[in-house]
Amino acid sequence: MINLFEVEETNQMVEESNLDVRTITMGISLLDCCHEDVDETCRRIYDKITSKAENLVKVGHEIELDYGIPIVNKRISVTPAALIGGCCRTTDDFVKIAKTLDRAAHTVGINFLGGFSALVSKGMTRADRLLIESIPEALAQTELVCSSINVGSTRTGIDMDAVRILGEVVKKTAELTKDQDSLGCAKLVIFCNAPDDNPFMAGAFHGVTEGDCVINVGVSGPGVVKRALESVRGRDFGVLCETVKKTAFKVTRVGQLVAREASRRLDVPFGIVDLSLAPTPAIGDSVAEILEEMGLEKVGAPGTTAALAMLNDSVKKGGIMASSYVGGLSGAFIPVSEDQGMIDSVECGALTIEKLEAMTCVCSVGLDMIAIPGNVSAASISGMIADEMAIGMINQKTTAVRLIPVAGKDVGDVVEFGGLLGHAPVMKVNTFGCEDFIARGGRIPAPIHSFKN
Amino acid sequence: MKRTIITVVGKDCVGIIAAVCSYLAEHNINILDINQSILQGYFHMMMIADANHADKEFSLLAQELELLGGRLGVQIKIQHEEIFDVMHRI
Repeated sequence: MINLFEVEETNQMVEESNLDVRTITMGISLLDCCHEDVDETCRRIYDKITSKAENLVKVGHEIELDYGIPIVNKRISVTPAALIGGCCRTTDDFVKIAKTLDRAAHTVGINFLGGFSALVSKGMTRADRLLIESIPEALAQTELVCSSINVGSTRTGIDMDAVRILGEVVKKTAELTKDQDSLGCAKLVIFCNAPDDNPFMAGAFHGVTEGDCVINVGVSGPGVVKRALESVRGRDFGVLCETVKKTAFKVTRVGQLVAREASRRLDVPFGIVDLSLAPTPAIGDSVAEILEEMGLEKVGAPGTTAALAMLNDSVKKGGIMASSYVGGLSGAFIPVSEDQGMIDSVECGALTIEKLEAMTCVCSVGLDMIAIPGNVSAASISGMIADEMAIGMINQKTTAVRLIPVAGKDVGDVVEFGGLLGHAPVMKVNTFGCEDFIARGGRIPAPIHSFKN
Repeated sequence: MKRTIITVVGKDCVGIIAAVCSYLAEHNINILDINQSILQGYFHMMMIADANHADKEFSLLAQELELLGGRLGVQIKIQHEEIFDVMHRI
């Protein structure tokens, strides 16, 4: 029987260490909404989302109360819009679809909807290209819609034409949302090896390998891991890893319970639990603080990549047994603006973009929520995207880029996004150019799968 | 049978158990087990209860217990037992 100390431990995790379930994300297929007329397609999209997700927020709230565990976000991911946008003749048609998604998201009361997306790792269809070109307008004219583009994979290589266009799209999105510190770019992720079942924004979409409707859950809990590590200060790496594993197991079990309950109450199949350490700007909810607890003076110091690799691996090892199905991004997130410890490290000069790039080789995701000067060229942004995609492609892992070239701001300025998106110091970018490299066009071929050196 | 865990944490004073138990009795919640201790001057209590026949919605019970806690100067939570089971038992 459960005892007093176990109950206390669980409740302390929630109250003192910010343990929460970060998101319940309902994946909804829109493939059956295709129609040759854009307005009819939009009507079908709106109807399907609002009927499938009618009770999502209510059920999420009930589960919170029943178990005493906060469920921070209730969200929706949909089929990549480019796949259902065959009816679109202009970029305005795609903006119309984005606005429909936004309206549906508002109606059901969720805080983000992902899936204004295209999968172009080997090439772009006409619809893919139109969608990509419509992103700046779509993100400027909507509030809750998130966009993601998969431009590469280990099996196909990298579509450098898409990378080149996206450099320009990121710039234009920043320009169109300059009144809000270029917030539009916080809703745009560029992926290599994007997972089909990721519940986390802004990169969530409902992949074509998925069923009609599914419940995916993203757990979190950097604060809980940090607190657990405080009790093993000075001990060796074996003890350190064991502690992370045990903590990750407990956190993930809560995610599994919430996922199962949400699935049962909504009568929608359970998909996966995403075992991620997702920080928030709240004090004590930081991945950077875990790395510092391990013994680094500041994140970015020598040893940071090793510490992060160990953390990421231990989280997976601990979490994997706690859930019947694991998927999504599963690993430690290192967004700069959403993690107070990362922000501090940037501000004191310990952490640079180059070090962040190295860190993305060993953890989930990539260059995430990084504010850069507004005058960085589109080609340089494409170059940074290409670098990150190459890391994912060669290492058979998911990588992503979410850069915010803040219009009118430069190194030393601070950008305020508010809420979960936090605030970010504008970081220095290498000023040497790569225009000729990006201008080449075409594809980077798929890498060889042998001779791993 | 689904069981419910009620926890009370806070500064010790006269009548905490009495107040909580009276509330539970009023709403037809049966107490199955009580475990209580004072740690560093703080009152910690855990009750295992059967709330399946309670006369109110679970969410309402949670709200009212929180208010009761406010009056007693303690924190009262009511949660389904399962969250503790999944976390601490394989």
